[in-house]
Amino acid sequence: MDIKEIIKPENLVYKKTGLMTDNPLSYCPGCGHGTAHRLLMEVVDELGIVEDTIGVAPVGCSVLAYDFMNVDMQGAAHGRAPAVATGIKRCWPDKYVFTYQGDGDLAAIGTAETIHACNRGENITIIFINNGIYGMTGGQMAPTTLPGMRTTTSPYGREVEMMGNPLKITELIAQLPGVHYVTRHAVHTPRAVRKTKKAIFKAFEVQKEKKGLSFIEIVSNCNSGWKMEPVASNIWMEDNMFPFYELGDIKIDGQLVTK
Amino acid sequence: MKELRLMKGNEAIAEGAIRAGADAYFGYPITPQSEVMEYLMMEKPHERTGMVILQAESEVASINMLYGAAGTGKRVMTSSSSPGISLMQEGISYMAGAELPCVLVNVVRGGPGLGTIQPSQSDYFQTTKGGGHGDYRLLTLAPAYVQEMYDFAALGFELAFKYRTPVMIQADGLIGQMMEKVEIGDQAARFTEFDQSWATTGKKGRERNIITSLDLDPARQEQHNIHLQAKYADIVKAEVRFEEIQTEDAEYLFVAYGSSARISQKAMQLARAKGIKVGLFRPITLWPFPTEQIDAISKRVKGILTVEQSAGQMIEDVKLASQCRVQVEHFGRMGGMVPSPEEVLEALEQKLIGG
Amino acid sequence: MTEEIIIAGFGGQGVLSMGKILAYSGIMQDQEVSWFPAYGPEMRGGTANVTVILSDQKISSPVLRVYDTAIILNQQSMDKFEESVKPGGLLVYDGNGIKNHPARKDITICRVDAYAEAVKMGNTKIFNMIVLGGYLKMKPIVKLENVMAGLKKSLPERYHNLLPANKEAIMKGQEVITVVE
Repeated sequence: MDIKEIIKPENLVYKKTGLMTDNPLSYCPGCGHGTAHRLLMEVVDELGIVEDTIGVAPVGCSVLAYDFMNVDMQGAAHGRAPAVATGIKRCWPDKYVFTYQGDGDLAAIGTAETIHACNRGENITIIFINNGIYGMTGGQMAPTTLPGMRTTTSPYGREVEMMGNPLKITELIAQLPGVHYVTRHAVHTPRAVRKTKKAIFKAFEVQKEKKGLSFIEIVSNCNSGWKMEPVASNIWMEDNMFPFYELGDIKIDGQLVTK
Repeated sequence: MKELRLMKGNEAIAEGAIRAGADAYFGYPITPQSEVMEYLMMEKPHERTGMVILQAESEVASINMLYGAAGTGKRVMTSSSSPGISLMQEGISYMAGAELPCVLVNVVRGGPGLGTIQPSQSDYFQTTKGGGHGDYRLLTLAPAYVQEMYDFAALGFELAFKYRTPVMIQADGLIGQMMEKVEIGDQAARFTEFDQSWATTGKKGRERNIITSLDLDPARQEQHNIHLQAKYADIVKAEVRFEEIQTEDAEYLFVAYGSSARISQKAMQLARAKGIKVGLFRPITLWPFPTEQIDAISKRVKGILTVEQSAGQMIEDVKLASQCRVQVEHFGRMGGMVPSPEEVLEALEQKLIGG
Repeated sequence: MTEEIIIAGFGGQGVLSMGKILAYSGIMQDQEVSWFPAYGPEMRGGTANVTVILSDQKISSPVLRVYDTAIILNQQSMDKFEESVKPGGLLVYDGNGIKNHPARKDITICRVDAYAEAVKMGNTKIFNMIVLGGYLKMKPIVKLENVMAGLKKSLPERYHNLLPANKEAIMKGQEVITVVE
């Protein structure tokens, strides 16, 4: 089969969504951000809500998310995306508003804004990328860094006694009555990708029905920060991150999922 | 028939915002300005006009809610007092960088730190010389009357949108807490029709809009800064506001803004009763500062006394404006102490006339 | 006409509301008014004071060191403000709880035992209106009808049934105030 045969429309099995720009992604090869971006934009595209969608980018690796996501977007100060999203949503209650935040942004400097936006039940969608490290600034310890995990500011491994425990903020916010849907996923395998996309669909449905806040954590790798090959980083993530940050639904329809 | 009400400054600015057609207010309680949000909540503007009111979890959250809402092109306002305004500086810098219009209100109290809840003017430097990081300017209106608290809400929105920049209304605990007669105007329409070409309202029939203060390319960031500076130059040219009282024959001049201007005006009356010819110059915009006007008056007077409830902050701008042509002295009380007109007159006599 | 007044007493005595009613009365007869309270924790049981100015002209300083009239309702305020009355000015006080009575000879001193009268009338809440009535007897700067109009404007509608009692209190104050010779 030559190339002309392959590119015939009837042979098309995958196409980039028009809601991703042509700008080359600035993420490291092997990083999960690109996949998460694409899934989010595919959902906005497939739901046909681009004209009514406003996104909020964080500070961190995805600070330039608006260079890649072809929707109206605002860049927030570090940690303040849930407050920015609150301001947008309160003024435009019929628009779809999402934030896209990393672990340092959402669970360290922005903890107060995260918890209060969740507790007020702001009718927004939060996409939380947890890779256990500060990627943008060169691999420092994050609030979600695992015990014993090496970063540039925990070079001998995270010592809990000195540096505190990793924060399971997703389980924490699931307790809040304003939060309607909480789930944790990954984007490192086709199966995980499909599940994550389904979850994002559900989150926007929740927003459409004005049921409250939906929160999707995506546990991801940071092969650069973790100092690993991409494949090895995914294996390490499965072996170490997933046992601590267990994948699956945490809260559905306002009810905590019992395991 | 005109509607007159007896109102606190804090209440007047809240009513002024509703009547100016504000879309949203986000704030956090702090003395001496909590009546702003209390009044708004009591008045239910969400029912009167559809205006959104939300009590945030902190001043940090308030200013960032403002950022988000302003980024969608809405008329938004917050208010706080000194310590809270310090917390907002990050957001103010981001809004200046992202060119977002908004009205900020600082009902200044004594500092530094937690300071006191009594009136002060010690945030002049913070507001006019930066506060947050980066090369930006804050168009600053300084009301001296409760009526001006009411009027400046609408004026603030007008200027904020004219230049797409944050506007600060810098009052103090005295103006916020005192009551005066206020003439209430008509209800303006809310901001339903506006130039949406730059705002994030959903990508419809155009390319996507991005609200940000970030540009990692220094050459482009410099261009952005040049653009901002050109805008600030336009503001300096067009928006200087001030009031002169009995300066024509004045041998001495008080320069004071806000509540200090009113105290100085009484001191001026006491001085004139004693045969001392004093005038009063009241900057209404603290930035842009009425430099040219003070320069001109400094050629005719024997000395200038700046009166501020601070250790002497605005005096630096008065000295620059008068180019060391005449003696410029400062008189002020600090930490929440409010000077009496008699004290101001004594300072004039000691520092300029007798000295 | 400009009248510069300080009203001072305990928090809870109605110091601030008396000032507010006076200011509203001024608005009713088209005057300029200002009302500036000592604000903050004082309001809860400590001392409270408010500076009220009524004038035919635009008011400059809302903060003063000396006053045309001081209305004084406790000893601490007497100690603080007796000396602040301008020569030739007026000092009105309630004798209840006052140990050191005012002694100045260059001002007019009036006593209105409003608290005692309010107890007699069986309504201590109208105490401040008795004081106000007494003051207005000495300085009728605002007309009674404008005071009543001001009261009506400053009271929420659900309290309008209290207007007659307030009027009665003002009349009582006018009746019982005496000049201390």
